[in-house]
Amino acid sequence: MWHRCLLAGTAVWLAAATPAGAVMAYVSNEKSNTVSVIDTDTWAVTKTIKVGQRPRGIEFTRDGKFVMVAVGDDDTIQVIDAATQQVVDTLPSGPDPELFVQDAAGKVLYVANENDNTVTVIDLEKRVRVGDVQVGVEPEGMAISPDGKILINTSETTNMAHFIDTATRQIVGNVLVDSRPRFAEFKRDGSELWVSSEIGGTVSIIDPAKHEVTGKITFSIPGLRREAVQPVGIGMTKDGKTAFIALGPANRIAIVDAASHQVTKYLLVGQRVWHMAFTPDEKYLLVTNGVSNDVSIIDVVAQKVIKTIQVGELPWGITIAQP
Amino acid sequence: MIRLLAGAIGLGVLAGSALAADPVEIGIGYLHRGGVKPTLSLVEQPAENDGLAGARLAIEDNNTTGKFLNQHFTLEELRLKDGDDAAKAAVALADRNAGFIIVDLPADALLKAADAVRDRGTVLFNAGSIDDRLREEDCRANVIHAAPTRSMLADGLAQYLVWKQWKRWLLVVGSHEEDRLFAEALRRAASRFGAKIVQERVFEDTGGARRTDSGVTLIQRQMPVFTQQAPTYDVLVAADESEVFAAYLPYRTWDPRPVAGSAGLVPKSWDAAQDQWGAVQMQNRFLKLNSRHMTALDMQAWTAARMIGEAASRTNSANPKSLLDFLKGPDFSVAAFKGQRLTLRDWNLQLRQPILLADGRMVVSVSPQEGFLHQVSELDTLGVDRPETKCRLH
Repeated sequence: MWHRCLLAGTAVWLAAATPAGAVMAYVSNEKSNTVSVIDTDTWAVTKTIKVGQRPRGIEFTRDGKFVMVAVGDDDTIQVIDAATQQVVDTLPSGPDPELFVQDAAGKVLYVANENDNTVTVIDLEKRVRVGDVQVGVEPEGMAISPDGKILINTSETTNMAHFIDTATRQIVGNVLVDSRPRFAEFKRDGSELWVSSEIGGTVSIIDPAKHEVTGKITFSIPGLRREAVQPVGIGMTKDGKTAFIALGPANRIAIVDAASHQVTKYLLVGQRVWHMAFTPDEKYLLVTNGVSNDVSIIDVVAQKVIKTIQVGELPWGITIAQP
Repeated sequence: MIRLLAGAIGLGVLAGSALAADPVEIGIGYLHRGGVKPTLSLVEQPAENDGLAGARLAIEDNNTTGKFLNQHFTLEELRLKDGDDAAKAAVALADRNAGFIIVDLPADALLKAADAVRDRGTVLFNAGSIDDRLREEDCRANVIHAAPTRSMLADGLAQYLVWKQWKRWLLVVGSHEEDRLFAEALRRAASRFGAKIVQERVFEDTGGARRTDSGVTLIQRQMPVFTQQAPTYDVLVAADESEVFAAYLPYRTWDPRPVAGSAGLVPKSWDAAQDQWGAVQMQNRFLKLNSRHMTALDMQAWTAARMIGEAASRTNSANPKSLLDFLKGPDFSVAAFKGQRLTLRDWNLQLRQPILLADGRMVVSVSPQEGFLHQVSELDTLGVDRPETKCRLH
């Protein structure tokens, strides 16, 4: 019944045509092999796109024209045309791609390949593989420094953040963090690198110049066992003041004062919260809830969950075009 | 704080000229017995390198990490033949610079090996034995247990059966010592979690071959008769570690009932079908290296070798004493594709771990089950807990 309502709704939206300039969020559904498209004006799912097997990492290209989605079990990254909302191409990513990051110009894509301990470098214009970097066991999290000079890869079983010089593609530093580092994010001013450790239950704050852990964010939620706190996705506001950290099966988003590294609030969202994306005006933050099959909408200023949207099965990644 | 320091030291090694120096060598021994016991199911017949293959994969993983920290891990295998002395073998491995020995031996042999190298500071990792007594009255301060205990396995199964509301059990026990021990653990689990054993039967091992040309014809007559006239029950629970009868029970019970324990729904530390929490990467790596699926013993040996690697990278040391101190301390945890950190019970050096329940094709569930609560860790609802322990570590 619910499905039918949704389908009927979709049909109406298509008939009315998507209003020009509407901001769309793309959500990868790991289990259903689809990408859900959410209109951020109406908070309605307007389309469900069939993609390859096990879609996880998902990002808009810098020009906002395409959405790249890593389909790990098909060993490739598919490219969705945002205008037609159809898969139009694939990228030579290497085996089992999960997360990836692009340089500021949107010309080079760096992909973590979990199965062979490498980061693959792809020329986005020519859509060819141009190199590999050998990293630790099970590469996962990817980030690029704001000046574009340093690429970060985290390896889940080696438990390190690897610092890779983007010019020479050589590792220039390795920093040990807590168990199973999954996600890396720079502050916009490049002063700090944050790395979440899913099994360790912490977020490490790293000084990117010194390659040193300078602090750790820990989480304590009354009534919840320590093992359930499993930090994954991280989002920071452009002003660098506030960070949001997804805590996986703790079913919460931690709001963190980015200067003091103190948790100021926990927001209850859906089950096993994974990743997140801001709307371009930063009014809203959308987070994917893996086990409850929905996306929570957070009002960033009010720091409240205002709505929940049903998507496909096991939603994982999310991306919103940033103008 | 310790981790911070370790991170800084690790970096110092890389950034400095130390990279040019020889890597720090960390020698690990692997002590096990030759020969594999025959299983009822041909597909479950263990490979000759069962366990060892897991340790080898962990050595590769440790060395991938080690190349960033200037550490190098080696594995030396020693396989005992019938009549070989485990104590002598352990000493021989320690003589060859193994500060750590992963052991897959029966309890008595493991204890001999542990006591023979205790004064040299060698640390043993029990990867194979599930005997509770090694963590209780016979515990040792130089033995860390990566294998789960029999009671952890029984509790993991019992929690699920109770959650499923299959609370009336028909318990069938084999006639060998380890079968009786498993039955004891199952009885304890039933009373802890509120199941009722409606009747117990013993299946006598009268000898005979496990492979015969006309096997099933006879078995499908025997098993219904054996399970006939039971009181009302929900599930047949079989304790047959000796591989004599349990695998014959599914689909052949007199009453149409599911089977669990040593056949049907089996509690174990790992299964080739486990694909949650990043486990596919692990299964793929193992398959690529060994051209076969990964067993529970492989996983237990992998975990043991990874614990050594983890301690070495966190302490930036190869010294068994420093590593043992770290493993026993509050900062140790290891990730092993089971959805949460694994830590050590400091009172008996047993690794806390979730228990998988697998049916041979799929992982049906993972215990601890929701709702079984504990004041310290829900993983401590599995097995013998601190207040009940008989272990005194010296």
